[in-house]
Amino acid sequence: MKPKHQRLLLALTAVIGLLVASLIAINALSDEASYFYTPATLHDQDVAIGKAIRLGGMVKQGSISSARDGVTINFIVQDKDQQQMVRYTGVTPNLFVEGSGVVADGRLDQNGVFIADTLLAKHDENYVPRELQDIDMRDAQNLEKSVVQ
Amino acid sequence: MGHGCYALIRKNYMIHQLANPTRFLKLARPLTPILFYTGLLLVLGACGWGILFSPDEKLLGNTVKFIYIHVPFAWLAIGGWTGIAIASIAQLVWRHPLANIAARAVAPIGAIFAALCIITGSLWAKPTWGTWWVWDGRLTSVLILFFLYLGYIALANASSEKGQISRVTAVYGVIGAVNIPIINRSVVWWESLHQKASITLTGSSIDGVYLLPLFISVLGFSLIFTSIVFMRMRAALANIKIEARMRRMAEDTHEIGS
Repeated sequence: MKPKHQRLLLALTAVIGLLVASLIAINALSDEASYFYTPATLHDQDVAIGKAIRLGGMVKQGSISSARDGVTINFIVQDKDQQQMVRYTGVTPNLFVEGSGVVADGRLDQNGVFIADTLLAKHDENYVPRELQDIDMRDAQNLEKSVVQ
Repeated sequence: MGHGCYALIRKNYMIHQLANPTRFLKLARPLTPILFYTGLLLVLGACGWGILFSPDEKLLGNTVKFIYIHVPFAWLAIGGWTGIAIASIAQLVWRHPLANIAARAVAPIGAIFAALCIITGSLWAKPTWGTWWVWDGRLTSVLILFFLYLGYIALANASSEKGQISRVTAVYGVIGAVNIPIINRSVVWWESLHQKASITLTGSSIDGVYLLPLFISVLGFSLIFTSIVFMRMRAALANIKIEARMRRMAEDTHEIGS
């Protein structure tokens, strides 16, 4: 074997070894490295009451309701499988609308309601001009695609 | 050793070392301005058109216009390190004489584009998400890319010879490439505030009215990036030539003196 081929073999072995090692590490990290729980992972994992966590998902259509004090809102965050009640007191971000994505900082209370301290809006991967949003077919298709998995 | 012997060694060295660089310089000299001005024209055209005429996005409103600069910066920050990794392998395996010069030329530009990607992303995040920064998988892995660039530049500068790069630096260039698939997959593997990929092999979820100027802008910035890499490579080759000439002059004076 020529030295050039030896070096090539060594480089290839090193690159493959690195990739495998990092894939194993990343696989082990898969839960810890997530920025938030989805309603489904939250229900699966039995998170302790009062523990500071984040919850992310889609705001369910028609679920936002204001409490009597006028600054507190209740809404449902959902993914494909599960729903989670959320309560938040404060000013909501501009992009916080029904059917859009949201990530909330907070904790679960005794009644299983997620009490949010801050809300971050989450934009999905679809970029659609405002004029086009009335076209039903397109909207329906995008909505289906944008549900957090 | 006689003078003739020195000349022969020098000649062999020159042929081996400069065969490719000479051909490269011949190509790079006219290409540099062509790429730069074509790129500039495309960027100005695409961004001007995009910023003036893009309709408001359904949810993002007019901040959607950030896409025309943020995406090219991200693409070139990632593309830059991919280039460094390929050049590093070419240096380690084939000892290609231009590989280390190319990798070294890319590094600071890649670092600047990574920084611009983070800055424009942060400015876009505030009105969109409601925060400048979060430690999710995508943002964190891109920040790591920026730090990897800084580490590469420091290592390359620590190499003893100007224009040359140590093998350690090349190995670092290859290892750092592990971060590239991590950046790409970060939004798939881990739940992140950053949205998933809009443009994939199977298509795009960006409306055509944004996609066309975006594509032209990415192309334009890529041409500018390449032309700056060429400028830096030409400067590095010129530096090597000067160094070699100075060394030869010093040797000749020494020979006359003795």
